[in-house]
Amino acid sequence: MVDFAGWQMPIQYGGILEEHRAVRTAAGLFDISHMGQILAAGPEAAHWLHRVLSCDVEGLAPAHARYGFLLNDQGGVLDDLFVYRTAPDQILLVVNASRADDDYAALQRNPHPEVHLDYLVGRTAGLAVQGPNAAALFPDALGHARPLPPRNGVISLPFEGEQLLVARTGYTGEDGFEIFAPASIAALLWDRLLERGAPHGLKPCGLGARDTLRMEACYPLYGNDLSPDITPLEAGFSWAVDLAKPEFPGRTPLLRQREQGLSRKWTALRIDGKSPPLRAHYPVFSDGRQVGELSSGTLSPTLGAGIGLAYLPPDLAKPGTRLEIGIRDQRFPATVHRKPLYQRPA
Amino acid sequence: MNIPEDLRYRETHEWLRADGTVGITDHAQAELTDIVYVELPKIGRTVSAGDPIAVVESVKAASDIYAPVDGEIIAINPALESNPALLNTDPYGEGWLFQLRPASPDAASALKDAAAYRAQIG
Repeated sequence: MVDFAGWQMPIQYGGILEEHRAVRTAAGLFDISHMGQILAAGPEAAHWLHRVLSCDVEGLAPAHARYGFLLNDQGGVLDDLFVYRTAPDQILLVVNASRADDDYAALQRNPHPEVHLDYLVGRTAGLAVQGPNAAALFPDALGHARPLPPRNGVISLPFEGEQLLVARTGYTGEDGFEIFAPASIAALLWDRLLERGAPHGLKPCGLGARDTLRMEACYPLYGNDLSPDITPLEAGFSWAVDLAKPEFPGRTPLLRQREQGLSRKWTALRIDGKSPPLRAHYPVFSDGRQVGELSSGTLSPTLGAGIGLAYLPPDLAKPGTRLEIGIRDQRFPATVHRKPLYQRPA
Repeated sequence: MNIPEDLRYRETHEWLRADGTVGITDHAQAELTDIVYVELPKIGRTVSAGDPIAVVESVKAASDIYAPVDGEIIAINPALESNPALLNTDPYGEGWLFQLRPASPDAASALKDAAAYRAQIG
């Protein structure tokens, strides 16, 4: 068990490699109750968040979700989050555990009289089922005839007298769903999913596998890959920033950055041969000169090779570029690859 | 937790056998989780007790391995290069790290016995 933003969480249940494999080949169950949940309710909720977040919130249809950012006035990332429009006048924000308090404070700084904000941290649970067998085990596990919603869709389901939100979202690069529920039924839901998911190969997974899976899928981790000094454009998420909106924090600097061009891009690297696992902060070299450092890194269990992500000058961010990564007193050849490093079979 | 009686232990979780063989304890391998890479010292290197002379890496973290006593490295485990998971599956057997020739015959007396190590890890 480790402390993660104040939450006691397991690194692993059975073993990181075994859990990683379960998600890539069958299914894995993650406790994501540490993720901060903030509910915005009221007829103006979407309109208000449209002016607070980077993405198009008003254009988000009910029963759908999308990725977005909370930015500072310079366009730097205060948090990355998922926006779930659970009803026309109700929006659930799922944010990073380490950022939840600050996010809530930032939202409260620009209140809207007709939007009620509810900080649900501690009262709600989150469970994620991820893997190619997730859709097949869903009706079995919850005893429901309804199929999963489409990708990025969200539905509400009754369970043991409570309402669950079930969204076809995740952080692993696999198909799957995430359930948001009152904390009171979290343990029951966990046990039920594990029991009925077992015939589908469902295994409980900890933070370790969550991290290796998200790196293969090239999803950023706040604090490693995103920070107030990094913009979403540099991180490669211009699709989650709606610069056509008239107003939101950071819009003007981001418009300028788009015009002037980026000085660095978040780039995926793979070691050419055998190497130790890559780690955050390992230096990246081009022609013997240090050009950056890894923001995240690991040994990819799926690829069997060291993988990493780094902010690099655009001319070194092109797929095929040959670089070197420093590990202790040695340098290992690496090549820039197109993101994601792992893509699930179609 | 398996703590063989015939070995001596350093508080940093290395074990030393009477023939100079060194490895990491069952407790250490369990804490490290899946081991995926091992970096071993060169044969012939002279080491002092407490020197970091090897690195064991799991998916999550890199950990230094310290020389338990003064001596000279006389063998390393060649099987670990292709199968570092031997440290997890057989930490006192096929997962040994290296063998050293202790500089003094009573060097191991400075290390813990099994009971003291068991008390340390609780």
